Amino acid sequence: MKNNWPLWEVFIRSKNGLNHKHVGSLHAADAAMAIENARDVYTRRNEGVSIWVVESKYITASNPEDSDAFFDPANDKVYRHPTFYNLPDEVKHI
Amino acid sequence: MNELTLEQEFQAKIDADLKIEPKDWMPDAYRKTLIRQISQHAHSEIVGMLPEGNWISRAPSLRRKVALLAKVQDEGGHGLYLYSATETLGIDREELIEDLHSGKAKYSSIFNYPSLNWADIGAIGWLVDGAAIMNQVALCRTSYGPYARAMVRICKEESFHQRQGYEILLSLCRGTEVQKRMAQDAINRWWWPSLMMFGPPDTDSPNSEQSMKWRIKRQSNDELRQRFIDMTVPQADFLGLVVPDPQLKWNEERGHYDFGPIDWEEFRNVLKGNGQCNRQRMKDRIKAHEEGAWVREAAMAYAEKRSRRQEQVSSVA
Repeated sequence: MKNNWPLWEVFIRSKNGLNHKHVGSLHAADAAMAIENARDVYTRRNEGVSIWVVESKYITASNPEDSDAFFDPANDKVYRHPTFYNLPDEVKHI
Repeated sequence: MNELTLEQEFQAKIDADLKIEPKDWMPDAYRKTLIRQISQHAHSEIVGMLPEGNWISRAPSLRRKVALLAKVQDEGGHGLYLYSATETLGIDREELIEDLHSGKAKYSSIFNYPSLNWADIGAIGWLVDGAAIMNQVALCRTSYGPYARAMVRICKEESFHQRQGYEILLSLCRGTEVQKRMAQDAINRWWWPSLMMFGPPDTDSPNSEQSMKWRIKRQSNDELRQRFIDMTVPQADFLGLVVPDPQLKWNEERGHYDFGPIDWEEFRNVLKGNGQCNRQRMKDRIKAHEEGAWVREAAMAYAEKRSRRQEQVSSVA
């Protein structure tokens, strides 16, 4: 058990100008191996121009069970959206 | 590869409209220009919170208050996106903040004008945010990836800022004579400084040519200023307000409004630190930073204490 390779999360940038996006995970002994394995598994069809790997244990995630209460503060704030403001149709470009 | 080839390859990428990402090779001057421009933009967001924050507690209704609060909150967030984008260029946050506080770094001259009454909040939203959005929409296509992505996010979130300002002015203009006069007075004071937000004229903008070549800027100062005027004048007409420029006139031939000369002497003077509120803004900013120091220190101390405790628990187990 002790010799299990750690788990890594893989993020790929599909082209310059776009964000790195999470695509999945893999096991690897170290970061260099994780990058190479990620290339071999996740970019076999030229899916990316850049790869990030982060050891999974370093990712802190919000708890899905709490998500209702956690995200609820944004629910009643309609005034954060442009449609909340009443402008006549004649006013253009705003 | 030598510097020259690298630079040629870099320019070829730019010319092909490809984005530059943090780990890509880039000329030193490109990096420096971006650090200056993006951090200046970040500082503007943060300092821009001050003239409006001033009015949150005095908003005339709950509706106006939550809207203004949300807008000022957005500006704090936008400062964060932009500082983070600047940090991808290899400079750290602390240095950026120090440069702002020492006066080495600039922020938009517009925030050195005072917000005297409630109508100013309408004028700021409509004109100042309108001008900022005009600039920022153009920057969504800037050549540096992290800056472009921050701009896309910011433009999306800011779409309500200008509308809330216009709505305030619309209410005032449909109100009493005195309220309408307040709105007119605000436009009188904010119109010209808003036009200055696009920066000096193209003939007198030292960094512009190189920035255009690197596609950091995609449109010139004068182009954006003209577009802003063309869009904004009809909006002023709808409000029944007069744009304080006797030379403003639609030019059928050009398909644009002609407008009077901008007082660039005033612009330079405000940039130099002699605007009405420069000292006040910096004093408030530094005070907020210094008075927040204990919070940052306490949070760090608490985090360290918790990780020490966790280490102890795991070593016992």
